[in-house]
Amino acid sequence: MEWEVVIGLEIHAQLATKSKIFSGASTAYGAEPNTQACTVDLGLPGVLPVLNHEAVQMAIKFGLATNSAVAPRSIFARKNYFYPDLPKGYQISQMDLPIVGEGKLDIRLEDGSVKTVGITRAHLEEDAGKSLHEDFQGMTGIDLNRAGTPLLEIVSEPDMRSAKEAVAYMKKIHSIVTYIDICDGNMQEGSFRCDANVSVRPKGQEELGTRSELKNLNSFRFVERAINLEVQRQIEIIEDGGKVVQETRLYDADKNETRSMRSKEEANDYRYFPDPDLLPVEIDQETIEAVRATLPELPDAKQQRFTSEFGLSDYDAEVLTSSRQMADYFETVVKASGGEAKLSANWVSGDLTGSLNKDSKDIDESPVSAAMLGGMIKRIADNTISGKIAKQVFEAMWQGEGDADAVIESKGLKQVTDSGAIEKIVDEIIANNQAQVEQYRSGKDKVFGFFVGQVMKASQGKANPAQVNQMLKEKLKG
Amino acid sequence: MSLTQDDVKKIAHLARLSLSDEDIPDYEKELSNILGLVEQMNAVDTSDVTPMAHPLDMAQRLREDVVTEENHRDEYQAIAPSVENGLYLVPQVIE
Repeated sequence: MEWEVVIGLEIHAQLATKSKIFSGASTAYGAEPNTQACTVDLGLPGVLPVLNHEAVQMAIKFGLATNSAVAPRSIFARKNYFYPDLPKGYQISQMDLPIVGEGKLDIRLEDGSVKTVGITRAHLEEDAGKSLHEDFQGMTGIDLNRAGTPLLEIVSEPDMRSAKEAVAYMKKIHSIVTYIDICDGNMQEGSFRCDANVSVRPKGQEELGTRSELKNLNSFRFVERAINLEVQRQIEIIEDGGKVVQETRLYDADKNETRSMRSKEEANDYRYFPDPDLLPVEIDQETIEAVRATLPELPDAKQQRFTSEFGLSDYDAEVLTSSRQMADYFETVVKASGGEAKLSANWVSGDLTGSLNKDSKDIDESPVSAAMLGGMIKRIADNTISGKIAKQVFEAMWQGEGDADAVIESKGLKQVTDSGAIEKIVDEIIANNQAQVEQYRSGKDKVFGFFVGQVMKASQGKANPAQVNQMLKEKLKG
Repeated sequence: MSLTQDDVKKIAHLARLSLSDEDIPDYEKELSNILGLVEQMNAVDTSDVTPMAHPLDMAQRLREDVVTEENHRDEYQAIAPSVENGLYLVPQVIE
């Protein structure tokens, strides 16, 4: 039987506010345990949560960036459950009237086609603390620094049909939240994480199959792996005549397996009700327009501009706009190179990205600045150096030996375009390799490469390749 | 609308309240009465009424995004039953 996979994602983006969503405690990552957990975060009696203005602005920004409806009135609710990292016994979240309503987002699939994924809603809520189970005999350690950190939970429609589509959607959301600067997107630190609702159904069937919810997916690779594992597991159960049960499953990256955490029917009874500590949030049109005015150019628009303004392929444009930092870097390179867009694109997505990956550096930590790379590309374009020599120059710049002009000067890498000098080398090589000259003249064209190689070697790579080719062709004719 | 004894036990468990068996019949009756009242109210046509989220007819005031809290961990932890290395310790939770 042919199966269709149905996936919806719930993405939690930690909002990059300075203080918590309902208290004035810091949200900075990595502090000593419980030094950033105040009375509100600890859930002590008599405290009052007061909503953070910036968190609301960020949620509005997200709504506008994803063509979603921003609610003129939204309500906070208590989601009740017991767990020690949630000291109040409830999480303040939103249920009936979330701050961001329906929207949609285009994602590009591997075959280049575009698919629209629906966004059901995005709501504000507080994060819980952290439980440390390993370090204490028979006890669990609780760190509440993270408790009360603002989260935007972004819920998609069950529109994805493969793990790859789910990853493409997640990457798109990641790029948007980082472009609009509402989330640092750091998946290792848990600032951006995702749960996946996965089910399968026979192809052509309207009704959805029973779903399971996969938790703890904190990298794009894990999302893809965990979903594929889960799909396989569900298909096997059904084909063996069994039934999928609705449950929460935890992905274990070390064992590469998912395992049952709890069955949803028995565990989920959250008894949501409006939080009497918080009044409805009202957002007027004026506020929305003011936020709209702060929106930067979004990934889709930037990508389109890169193809039309710079003549880049869709693929190059997508790679170069994958993060705002990368796009900004690229644009600076183009400018510094004197408008060499295609060369700049190749260098940024090629050698630069390769070197960054090798040294595990982010683009903002690159030892070669955009201005330096642009300066080097300018020297390729004006024939001061060849593309091959440029690799040497780039490597030297990466090692901190100065900008391109300094490196070219100090290492004597300037391309030789003086035809007299090139002719001298060509004549010499021809005179010293008479056997190959005979071969060439008797029709063995391949030997031509040998001559080019010899000339380039003799000039230490500095002879202008086009001139070398032309001169060799003429001289070898005899 | 009336509750069974099992409903009462389940609600008590969700709220982490311990009830003795002899108390359960009373709660069963009282909670059922409350639900009866809600049932009565359900009969009112509210199709033109905006659901009330809060008894005060006001909008939420927002605070500026500024860190105003200092570290008072030692004071808070002085009243905690058990702490170690800055962490609050609780009986082990196993997922």
